[in-house]
Amino acid sequence: MPEPVIRVENLVKRYGDVEAVRGVSFSVSEGEVFGLLGPNGAGKTSTIEVLEGLRNADGGTAVVCGFDPGKDAAALKYVIGAALQSTALPDKLRVMEALRLFASFYKVHKDPEDLLKRFGLEEKRNAFYSQLSGGQKQRLALAIALINDPKVVFLDEPTAGLDPQVRREIYDIIEELKRDKKTIVLTTHYIEEAERLCDRVAIIDHGKVISQGSPHELKQSSGDKTRIEVRLARPETDATLKNLEGVHDCRALNGAYVLHCQRPPQAIVALVKHLETQNNELVSLEIFTPSLEDVFIELTGRRLRD
Amino acid sequence: MNHLMILTAMRVRLALRNKMFFFFSLVMPMVFFFLYAAVFAKSNPYAVAALLGPVLGLNVMGSFWGLSAALVMFREQGILRRFHVSPVTPVDMLLSSIFANYALALPTIVIELALAKFMFHVPSLGNLFSLWVMMTIGIISFGSLGLVIASVTNTMQETQVLNQLIWLPFIFLSGATIPFTFLSKTVQNIALFLPATYLVHSLKKSILENADLPQLLMPLGSLTFWFILTLFLSSQLFRWEPEAKIPRKAKLYVAATAIPFLLLGLWEAKSGRVIAEENMTIQKLDAAEKAEKDKSQPPSKPESQPAGQTSSPEKH
Repeated sequence: MPEPVIRVENLVKRYGDVEAVRGVSFSVSEGEVFGLLGPNGAGKTSTIEVLEGLRNADGGTAVVCGFDPGKDAAALKYVIGAALQSTALPDKLRVMEALRLFASFYKVHKDPEDLLKRFGLEEKRNAFYSQLSGGQKQRLALAIALINDPKVVFLDEPTAGLDPQVRREIYDIIEELKRDKKTIVLTTHYIEEAERLCDRVAIIDHGKVISQGSPHELKQSSGDKTRIEVRLARPETDATLKNLEGVHDCRALNGAYVLHCQRPPQAIVALVKHLETQNNELVSLEIFTPSLEDVFIELTGRRLRD
Repeated sequence: MNHLMILTAMRVRLALRNKMFFFFSLVMPMVFFFLYAAVFAKSNPYAVAALLGPVLGLNVMGSFWGLSAALVMFREQGILRRFHVSPVTPVDMLLSSIFANYALALPTIVIELALAKFMFHVPSLGNLFSLWVMMTIGIISFGSLGLVIASVTNTMQETQVLNQLIWLPFIFLSGATIPFTFLSKTVQNIALFLPATYLVHSLKKSILENADLPQLLMPLGSLTFWFILTLFLSSQLFRWEPEAKIPRKAKLYVAATAIPFLLLGLWEAKSGRVIAEENMTIQKLDAAEKAEKDKSQPPSKPESQPAGQTSSPEKH
């Protein structure tokens, strides 16, 4: 079995008394798109920043492309590319200047003109950074992350704060990178992003990996159950709904009841009958196909965005 | 070295696209220059020469404002983070700030010198080599002080407060605005602990007394040592991340930047050399102005006058 490009074992990162990363372990193979999925504050960014050599770990080991990010950060920066969260370029820097500037930091680099074309920024080549839209800024960030033709690309929340159309554009770009067999580590709190883009996902919560595998494996591990979310006129107890026919699990979340079912039709019929007997009414009912959100709810009792 | 040059070029380019840069680096210094030369010195070439050192000193010492503000802004906006993930080092970032500042400050100074010479007819600009060396070490050392300020402050607000606290004694006690000889003996002794005093004093000596570098060895050495110290400290305290706060202990290191001028101040207070030189410069200037006036006075022609009357030049 080939040596993984990234190997992380029991990684710990503290900020004063707060332990942001508490013993995270995972590995990433060459050409793989690996996702760190978790809610805000779960420790995803801290983990990725240790791997990029931007922060020192307080415990555990990490190896990226054969380098220890804590000790060999200078050498590591030549072989990785990164699009960081909450970063910017000077307002008065032009798009092409930015690409040329970052290209000039590397002995071997891609042609800025090619990247300009590939990321659809040709028309904006002379525009100042401050004149770009959110999506254009993110495309430029991705282009800069690839300027040195890196072995590993780190993308920290690459679509956070972007509207759905721009988000899909970014997905297309990442899928293109995936086809080029780039090794990518991305953090996200968007389920669809992780499911669509990642070969494997580590679900992180409170600084710990609570589950990892391919999206398909993770969903199977939670029983591939359909999620039904219902709102009722009057409250019911979780235990009553959990005992209905076809219902595997029920949790109350933000005024709704989330039912995980292996046989959705039977569960719905049983629910309606039960409500009739209780003189209760169904206000709304939504059916969701199994997703990583269900895995997260099952493991933590919370939604990813709570 | 390559990264350094590339970043320097970028910083120069960005500054030239910034309207605020033109205001603070060109318009303001010119306003001060004309205020000093045309209003305070009343366009008198000797008085303009005497005020040239202080006005150039103001330009040079103001370097720390721009550098500290720019670096803190870069950090607050997350721009430094972007460079952090590239092979650029803190020293590249810091030195590029200093080099760019030097390249941007020099043209204004050259314009001021040219105006002094050709518009206000200053008799001599003194020892131009010494002047250039002292201005160079002044721009880079005061710029480097700005980098230390950026390293020990967490927000732009903090930076501006600290800049003000440093700027006020620099401009009022160094002889850049209030003539050094006008200050009381106690205040003069306090001013001897400020780098700005030595900068202004050495610029005046270069212009008015044609001082060569060996005569300026003490301020030159102190400013050079100060530059090395401040650059080293700012590289040690450099922070890429906006949320990375400076430890309180580290702020104590900043006190170390005062060491060169603490020692020099003690020595100069004891010797009384700077104060004596300042007084002597004023006397020499007065004497030179008087001599020039006498020289330009038209020789009095013998006139036949009625007996008992004397000629009075004032009446001519």
